[in-house]
Parts: sequence; structure tokens; C-alpha cells
Amino acid sequence: VTVPGRSGVRMDCGERGSRAGPGRAEPGRGPFPAGSGRTEAIYQVFENVAKKYDVMNDSMTLGIHRVWKDILMHKMNPCPGTLLLDVAGGTGDIAFRFINYVRSVRQRQLQRKLKHHQNLSWQEIFDSYQKDQFNSLGDSQVVVCDINREMLKVGKQKAQHLGYSEGLSWVLGNAEELPFDDDKFDVYTIAFGIRNVTRIDLALQEAYRVLKPGGRFLCLEFSRVSNPLLSRLYDLYSFQVIPVLGEVIAGDWRSYQYLVESIRQFPPQEELKAMIEDAGFFKVDYENLNFGIVAIHSGFKL
Amino acid sequence: METHHLAGSRTRDETHRRLPRLSHPAGDLPRSSMEGWHPLYPGHIPTSPLQKALLAAGSAVMALCDPYRHDMVAVLGETTGCLALPNLRDKMKNHPEGYRILQERPRIRLSTLDMARLQGLPDGSLGREYVRFLEDNKVSPDTRMPPKFVDDEELAYVIQRYREVHDLMHTLLGMPTNMLGEVVVKWFEAVQTGLPMCVLGAAFGPVRLSSRKLQVLATELVPWAIRSGLNASCVLNVYYEQRWEQPVESLREELGIFPPPPVRV
Repeated sequence: VTVPGRSGVRMDCGERGSRAGPGRAEPGRGPFPAGSGRTEAIYQVFENVAKKYDVMNDSMTLGIHRVWKDILMHKMNPCPGTLLLDVAGGTGDIAFRFINYVRSVRQRQLQRKLKHHQNLSWQEIFDSYQKDQFNSLGDSQVVVCDINREMLKVGKQKAQHLGYSEGLSWVLGNAEELPFDDDKFDVYTIAFGIRNVTRIDLALQEAYRVLKPGGRFLCLEFSRVSNPLLSRLYDLYSFQVIPVLGEVIAGDWRSYQYLVESIRQFPPQEELKAMIEDAGFFKVDYENLNFGIVAIHSGFKL
Repeated sequence: METHHLAGSRTRDETHRRLPRLSHPAGDLPRSSMEGWHPLYPGHIPTSPLQKALLAAGSAVMALCDPYRHDMVAVLGETTGCLALPNLRDKMKNHPEGYRILQERPRIRLSTLDMARLQGLPDGSLGREYVRFLEDNKVSPDTRMPPKFVDDEELAYVIQRYREVHDLMHTLLGMPTNMLGEVVVKWFEAVQTGLPMCVLGAAFGPVRLSSRKLQVLATELVPWAIRSGLNASCVLNVYYEQRWEQPVESLREELGIFPPPPVRV
């Protein structure tokens, strides 16, 4: 799958700054100005951090990012047979959780089925095992789409290492111009990625386009802390500690400085909700986690 | 130093207005959010005292845990050198040759060195032995980290000079770049410069050495390094680029470095 030119790179809690080229005069948000330069700059960021990504996430959030992603999965509550598109899903955190989730749901489904079949003969029970054995995911599938080759590479390696193979696809693609047809997916997720997209509105429109009617949009992203005391502590930690962690662990101060600044620049909960509604989604809502440090936005294509 | 103010109490609009804009066409990295703090030299990252303290602690731990993280040693040097670096700079200022170095700011880099000419110099000369050292140990003068966290442009040059002259220290002391050789050079540098990073490196470097090497280190090499370091004049006050033809022995004598003990390192 080819990558159509522009931005839409995901960033989780780790990023790395790099040389930004000259940009078009487009209204930009964040420390990198908009334009072709921004895309390349962000691309290089992730190219460099890909290997240390997960380590940095764990260090910066003290492992809490895992909980956030688990909560996202529980909110999604996918049933077997769901087709998930995880955009900016680089290293596969959401995809692996999805697979685990549907696998366990599927297990319970099979167990319940078995309970109802207790009057069957041994042979019939054995035959039903054979049939379902190769369907541990119940036809669920997840497509991991990311603009950055290095991130996908790390994700694929992780998948191999952890033993994930079926139901998983890796696609190189741009959130602002997805390489998929209309009305294809049941769920669209973007976890810590939408912040790095230059044209968030385009990404949201694309999300709307590729979702089936009835499909769900879920976005997990850093957001605004409204509590003033917590906000000060959060700022202190963000600006003082996180770049230091970046320098010490990944040898890269700039990226993590950029990370912290880009979080502050990102639209707060209500504004993002409005943008999602503008893209055509209904029943748009958000849930704050940890007092607004992150928020999960949800919407439906009806 | 101005303490930076935190983003917390500002409105979002204010934040947006104040965040740095990328104006340079070649594309600088986004600057630190330290309002009003501008980079003093290319690569400079302004840091608050808290950040420096965290960096010093973090880099010390990381340098110990992963000896291949040379960048951490560099960061440690920068964040702890706030007393030693001005000292060094003053020593340089008060010495005619050192003063010239501060004025002219020579850099030791492959692009500035005439390697062919240095190789052609007679054996025993500084230039020839320096090139031999680079070749034998497969090192290059271009791998030195540029300073990032020094908040003074002149001091940044001083620490850069110290880093670039390090290989010449190896040459003058006759020490290879294995762990033992590096520790010996660190002892010498610790005495010469007083940089806490050198002191820490000298003190903790030996933990990874075998007992046999430790013995050699303790009985012969370190005492010699300390004596030489104390006796020698400031090694940063030597304009090495103008002394390639000078024999190493002669330079050692001039500086006051004693001949190395006859030990295989």
C-alpha cells in the first residue's frame, strides 16, 4: 500500500525531534509548523524513537499508559467477528489487546456453546472442537495502519516475539488519506496518534468514511487537565522531568520536549468533541482518565 | 538565571501565542519552552536548575549501567561542571597560549586536520603519534559530543576543547582506549581539570576491571597519573595544532608529565 504524501503520524508518549524542512503556509498547530516540513520532521521523529518507544512510554507514564489502553479496550468491548482499524497503531499495543480481548470472549462463547451441547455424543463434541479450533478469534481482524515504516517494523517484530499472527495485518498508510475503501470497518481507533496529524479534520473525515454505518470511532489522547493544582503538578512533571527522561533513556531531549509541547497545543475535550461532531459522527462523548490527563472520545457513524 | 514559568496558569490562547515558531528555513528543532531563554550556541538546550540536577543524577546512573552510553558521560560532565569549567576558562585566559586558544577557537576535526601531512611526520612527533593512536585504537576525533547543557557560550567551547584534546591526552600519556587506559587518563584529567565527571569516572571506572588490572592500576598507573597531573601545567593551555612537529617526549617534558611506567596496558 502506498503512502500518499502528507502528515498523519501517530505519536504515543515517545517522540524524537529532527530537522524540519521549510513548510507551506498552512495554519499549523504545535511546535512544528504545518506544511510538508512538519510531516517529514515528525516522520523522522518516529523513525528515530521507534526502538525505544515502549520503554519511553513506560518510563514517562510509570506504566500507566497500559491501563489507559486496557480501559480503551474495555470501552470498545468488541465481540468476535469485529473488524478493527487501528490508525497510527505503530507498535501494536492496541492491536494486541484487541486480539487478547476477542480471544477471551470467543473462549467464553465456545464454553457456553459446549454447555448447551452436553447431550451430544463424544464424537459430536470432538467434531465441534475441530471446527472451532481454527477459529479462536471468531473471524475478528485488526488492521494496524501507520505512516511510519520503522514503527510498523517494531510492531511486526513485537508481534512475532509475542506470538501474534492470525487476524493481524500491517498497512503503511496516512491518517489523512487512508488507503481503504468506504464503509469497511466496524471500529476505528487512534491511540495517541491524532495529536500528530496536521489536519485533524481530514483524519476525522477519513475515519467517518471508512467506518461502516453503525461503526464506532474511538480516540485515546492526551487532553486538558482542568484541576488547577493538578495542572501545575502535571506541568512541572511534564516540562521538568519528561525531557530529562528522554535524554537519559533515549538520548533525545528534543523529541520529548516536542511531545510535551504538542500535548499542550492539542484541543481540549470539548473542542475535540465538536470537531468529531463536525465530521458527521453522532452520540459523541468523552471520558476523562486521570483527571483529564488523557481522554477517550467516542462517536458513531449512524 | 530566570526560572521558567509553568504553563499551568495560562489560558490556552496565551500558550499558543508563546510557543516557539519554527522560522529558520533549515528547520531548527522546536526550542525549549523555557520562555525568554534562547539558545546561546547551536545545539544549546537551556535547562532549569531542577532539570540539570535530574540530568546529572540520571546520566550518572545510566553511564554506570550502560558503559556504552558515552553521551551520558558527556551530559554528566556538562551538568556538573559549573564550578570547574569557569576555573579552567580562567586558567586559559591567564596563559598566553591558552588565551590565544580562547580567541581563535581551534577545533580538532578530521576536516581540519591534514592527516596525510601528520602521517608524514617523523616517528615520535606529536602529529605522527597522534595519528598512530587514532589508527591503532580505531577512533576518530569526530565522535565527540557537542555540548548541550552548558549555559555559557565560552564555557561550552572550553568543554568542547577538553573533549577534543582527550585523544591527545591518550597520546601524551601513552594509554590505549581500553577500560584500563581510559581510567588512567580519567585520573590524570581529574587532577588537571577538577571536573566532577572526571572524578566520578576515575572513582567508578575501575569497578569493571579484573583484580589483576586493578592491582596494576593502584600500584603503578594511578600514582603516576596523579603525580603527573599535579606536576603538569594545564593541558588545555597547549595549542596542539601548532605543535605537531614537536616530539612527544619534548612536549611531555615541557608540560611536566612524567614518563609512563613500563607496564603493559
